[in-house]
Amino acid sequence: MISRIIPRVQKYIFFAMVVACVAMAAYLIRLRNRAQDRLQAQSTRAPTEIAETAASAPKTVTLYVPNDLDDSLTAVEWSIPMPADRNAQARVLLESLMEAYRAPDSTHPMNVTTGIDDVYFLPAPQGKRQSGDKGELAVIDLSGALVAAQPSGIEPETLTLLSMMETLHANLPAVTEVHFLVDGQPRETLAGHADLMRTYLAAEGESQGGGGR
Amino acid sequence: MRWIEVAGALGMTAVAAGLQQSPPAPQLPQAPGMPSVPAPAPPVVQPPRFVVVVDAAHGGDDTGARLSGGVLEKTITLGLAARLRSTLHARGIEVVTTRQADLNLPPVSRAETANEARGAACLVIHATATGSGVHLFTSSLTPTANARFLAWQTAQSAYVTQSLKLESEIDSALAHAAIPVTLGRASVEPMDSLTCPEVAVEVAPLVGGHVTTAKPVTDAGYQAAVANAVAAALEQWRSDWKQ
Repeated sequence: MISRIIPRVQKYIFFAMVVACVAMAAYLIRLRNRAQDRLQAQSTRAPTEIAETAASAPKTVTLYVPNDLDDSLTAVEWSIPMPADRNAQARVLLESLMEAYRAPDSTHPMNVTTGIDDVYFLPAPQGKRQSGDKGELAVIDLSGALVAAQPSGIEPETLTLLSMMETLHANLPAVTEVHFLVDGQPRETLAGHADLMRTYLAAEGESQGGGGR
Repeated sequence: MRWIEVAGALGMTAVAAGLQQSPPAPQLPQAPGMPSVPAPAPPVVQPPRFVVVVDAAHGGDDTGARLSGGVLEKTITLGLAARLRSTLHARGIEVVTTRQADLNLPPVSRAETANEARGAACLVIHATATGSGVHLFTSSLTPTANARFLAWQTAQSAYVTQSLKLESEIDSALAHAAIPVTLGRASVEPMDSLTCPEVAVEVAPLVGGHVTTAKPVTDAGYQAAVANAVAAALEQWRSDWKQ
């Protein structure tokens, strides 16, 4: 009875759609399994990369160390093992800067052990890029420990930010802009003064270089 | 995005110029034997007011830095602002302050007070336990041409060139008073939203040296020396700011 009411063409279309649905479901399940395999492969590869980091040969890098007495940044060359991964390189550079802050004869004393949670790279926003310039935005995720150890004041806070930006820009020239987070969250100021809501130009220290008399 | 209309100093200058350049009143033909009527006096052009805005940073829950002896930055900035206000009044300079008590004041309110006052100079007072002498900061914004409407977040960009001149005047006056100075650019609220030549004056302790004796920020004599030097610079600025 029903087969007489429904035209044959519509029956063919219905069965074709059922087959298409089944095929699409099978394809999606396959894609999901592939993504899972990729994630698993990455997680098993990570320890190997860390091991490579420890074993990599020392490289000469330039750190910009602040001086609170004359509001200046001094370029200092250090020889440190540098990993192959760029995110890891940025973290190693900034942690080396923390080591300079901690030194007994530091000109920008800060008692901080782990100051950097992570560093991410993103393409710099198109609006700020010059034509043909493939700049990168570095997002530096500072630790709460660094914020707690940071002396409060316009000068010491600005010097901390400028030293990080200049150090990144000097060793990773593709970095043209820098944005800061604290414990993964946006924060208004570093320690009551320096603005952390804005995005800085990485070479800002070159044009803003203060100086005493 | 918030915008601010700038009708301050530039607008007043334009009006004044217009009045000065207006054509002379036509002479009416005089009837014979009638006494001559003196021509109406030209309108008096008022020079723009010279107002200095002093913003004592922090206040209320925002204590700022903790300085030597446990003194809070908000207390020092309020004291310094009051000292500067009385020193400037003594020199005949009109002063507008953003706060005269220990209260919470958001950066937007500070900028609104300063911009409404149309200051010839705006000083943001800070204090720190780090460094030596006085740190002078101007906005890190790139200078731009003045316009009628400016974006609130970057309004200072039209005044950066003037701010650098004002910073230079204060630098000279502090050097004359043998107080060490460092100059820099910074991004600190509410500096970027001010529509006036502005400088952040951050007072640090004096570190003992060849010509200086170690003094904490709380030292009354040191504070007076800083206030007098800044007031002298602003007196000089009164004759320079329109050039």
